[in-house]
Amino acid sequence: MLLVSLFVASFVIFGAMYLAPGNPIAALSGGRSLPPQSVHILELRYHLNAPFLEQYWLWLKNVLHGNLGVSIILQENVSTLIASRIWTTAGLVLYASIIILVVGIGLGVLSGLRHGALDTSTLVVTAVSAAIPSFVAAIVLILLFAVKLGWFPALGNGTSFLSNVHHFTLPAFALAVSSLAIVARVTRASVREEAAREHVQTAVSRGIPTRQVVWRHVIRNAAIPVTTISGITIASLIAIAAVVEVAFSLNGLGAYLVASAESKDLAVVQGISLVLVTAFVVVNVLVDILYAVLDPRVSLGGRAQ
Amino acid sequence: MSVAAAVPEEATRRRSVWSLLTSTGPVGMAAAAVIAVATFVAVFGSLLAPYDPDLSNLSLSWVAPTGGHLLGFDGQGRDLLSRLLAGARTSMLGPLGVVVICMVAGTLLAVTAAWRRGAVDAAISSGLDIMFAFPGILLAVLAATVFGAGLLAAAVALAIAYTPYVARVLRGAALKERSQQYVAALEVQGVSATSICMRHLVPNMMPLIVAQSTILFGYAMVDLAAISFLGLGVQPPAPDWGVMISENQSGIVQGYPLSALLPGLCIVLVVVAFNVLGERLFEQAQAARQ
Amino acid sequence: MSAPRPAGAARSAPTGGAALLDVEGLTVRLLVEGAKRDVLREVSFAIRAGEAVGLVGESGSGKSMTARAIDRLLPAGAEVEGAIRFEGRDVESLAGTDLRGYRGLVAMIFQDPRAHVNPVRRIGDFMTEALRTNLDVSASTAERRAVNMLAQVGIEDGERRLRQYPHELSGGLLQRVMIAAALLTEPRLLLADEPTTALDVTTQAEVMAILHDLRREFDLAMLFITHDLELAAAVCDRTIVMYAGQIVEVRSSELLHDDPLHPYTAALAAARPDIAQTARRLRAIPGRPLSAFEAPAGECAFAPRCPYARDECRTAVPQITALAGGLSRCVRARELRGRLGVSVDA
Repeated sequence: MLLVSLFVASFVIFGAMYLAPGNPIAALSGGRSLPPQSVHILELRYHLNAPFLEQYWLWLKNVLHGNLGVSIILQENVSTLIASRIWTTAGLVLYASIIILVVGIGLGVLSGLRHGALDTSTLVVTAVSAAIPSFVAAIVLILLFAVKLGWFPALGNGTSFLSNVHHFTLPAFALAVSSLAIVARVTRASVREEAAREHVQTAVSRGIPTRQVVWRHVIRNAAIPVTTISGITIASLIAIAAVVEVAFSLNGLGAYLVASAESKDLAVVQGISLVLVTAFVVVNVLVDILYAVLDPRVSLGGRAQ
Repeated sequence: MSVAAAVPEEATRRRSVWSLLTSTGPVGMAAAAVIAVATFVAVFGSLLAPYDPDLSNLSLSWVAPTGGHLLGFDGQGRDLLSRLLAGARTSMLGPLGVVVICMVAGTLLAVTAAWRRGAVDAAISSGLDIMFAFPGILLAVLAATVFGAGLLAAAVALAIAYTPYVARVLRGAALKERSQQYVAALEVQGVSATSICMRHLVPNMMPLIVAQSTILFGYAMVDLAAISFLGLGVQPPAPDWGVMISENQSGIVQGYPLSALLPGLCIVLVVVAFNVLGERLFEQAQAARQ
Repeated sequence: MSAPRPAGAARSAPTGGAALLDVEGLTVRLLVEGAKRDVLREVSFAIRAGEAVGLVGESGSGKSMTARAIDRLLPAGAEVEGAIRFEGRDVESLAGTDLRGYRGLVAMIFQDPRAHVNPVRRIGDFMTEALRTNLDVSASTAERRAVNMLAQVGIEDGERRLRQYPHELSGGLLQRVMIAAALLTEPRLLLADEPTTALDVTTQAEVMAILHDLRREFDLAMLFITHDLELAAAVCDRTIVMYAGQIVEVRSSELLHDDPLHPYTAALAAARPDIAQTARRLRAIPGRPLSAFEAPAGECAFAPRCPYARDECRTAVPQITALAGGLSRCVRARELRGRLGVSVDA
């Protein structure tokens, strides 16, 4: 099913060329006027004289071979342009994911198992942080930690691995803030729900020590919905990363996507969109697999939303 | 079991808006109040603004609050308070459009799928599943590339991206409602499908629809502000909150954070209010359906 | 007529051998909607080794609570007064390893097997967990014992079953697995909380037969909780009837149906339609069953629904009266003796 989504998404991305007012050439050139040789090259490259579906098919074949077209602005292969930036985005998303998983799940488990001060404060904090968009978090973090405290740089990529980590810390947190809240909440709710289930009573009634009951019956069972929400959240990071990259002037795919959209470089936008949607689908597939592994009642692909 | 015979369910259970609100408790009411204020400002903002939000005086850029200018000036020397008040309009209008389109489309799809069931349901559900793969922001970026940057393109793109999610949630409720006994009773009486759906099914799903709309508004607001922040939604120099953050971000490193922070604060406040109210309405809707 | 004996001494005294389980004056309060409410009041009874005792009552009577109190499974915030003694030792004060050891000696099986077995773990894991954790039995030994026990409950292909997941088994099979798992720790007392209510009648009979055989084989005492008076009578030597958190009657099962000592028992027995008789209308007990905290204070809890109620029933909470052949919490017990049978119209 997800593969079909991918196909349809690629179709939409391709079809965008025709949705624009004017002809495909205008869309590809972003409304710029082109010399006739360029027009001719475009016509050949995109097979614009062939029937629509054939155009799509040929384009798709090119894509699968790694040929994503050429940027109208920079006159370079889109694939090269993407490759040089993809690690920035990947690194950022990875860093943010780790934060979300460690802090979000950790907080959720702790407040799910205990009642009282920790629990209430978790609820309040998550309610607020869920509403903080990444770019607002970004400017607050820049203000506090970059300008006032000077612990982290306010923008840029950094040069070496360690310097990268340093530069990516604030962006990663900005990206993680609002997603963290929902992961923490769902974790807390699942842990609470599982702890109240009857099979936990059975384990207690047979004298299983509390710690083992919690680990093997509560957390293990709660892992199912937690995996789902974590997966969905991480997948959504892929798109939101663009906002954070722009806010922190990071040289990633997202920032480049936005810049290309502004300058109407359609080929680049198409290429990056494809990469992002594919990444999104891949993450969802991984979540599906993990879900089927964790819940023996469910067959592959049976994950209910 | 109790001797009292099962009372035939009311075909339509309506509830006044006020009672729905009060049932969300003091926190919910507080959130509703915030939303009411925000709506008021959105509608009357330009009239309330003490100064012209677009009047720029570069010699006054980044000046701190003084005299009649309660919040000072932004990077372009415009009165910050006036811009905040005026900005509420686009910041709230965009999400409203998204929610309206989404809920109408989502309800239609959900009710159709639930009513017809079988092949129609399978087709609609598969169609919705397929659309899940497209993150909203990405679709908005694509729309901006093709149609040019602007609020309308972004709002429509977001609405399209959200509809599968909304339709999914509503379909579940519609299916449940469909299998209630009163529906069968009405069908047997010869009432038309459209009539049953419009006059009974949908009104009974209202608590859920309202709750979902409220939550959705929050998400739409965040996403649209992000798109405007990126420069692909509302365009500068319009006083949209997302745009204002982007315009004034440079002020932070220069030591003038207020004009970037305050629009952010406005967004967070309103979104929190919508989230909080929406969650409580959702709980009420769930409770009512048990 | 002599005065009724005081409640303290009015336990059904074990004849021969010390009691395995001794419950005395058990009173339990739970947090219900923010306030502490009574759910059990002065419950006292004893079970001998190898004895099967039925505990009958409707919803709210406190029968499940009694079992949970015995197994220390009450919800957080519960207040417990009175004493529960197992093989002479006080149960309430057990902790740590002692408590876990106790849980091995007192096993509980529950009503809905599907809710009470972890759906994401295999049957083998479910059955052997207690053995491996508490009794330090090796995995292979534990599995061998599990397979043997499954055979005892009528499941032949034990090895295959151990590898399956709960959702692959039917309700009846799963209940048998639960029984087998409960018996692996070699308990001396089995608390059965409505084990057959969620099963269809045929399966019910099979499970009851298995319980009967296992009890004899392992000399297992059993507290069998049910709302079904006839079922309790068929399986247990003695039956205790509870209403509104109190014991209202204790009687040998054979005599309970035809010669009850308390009006509530009589009404329960009469309410069940007899397949051999034609009745023009079902006899229901007017009103609804109450929990302990809903019962009117200072009077007999059953009085509002009792056809035999008199003024004296509303002046004080009745104490247990010991009669020849049983106990009854009815002020008019001696007077009504012999007149409460099913054949007599109220």
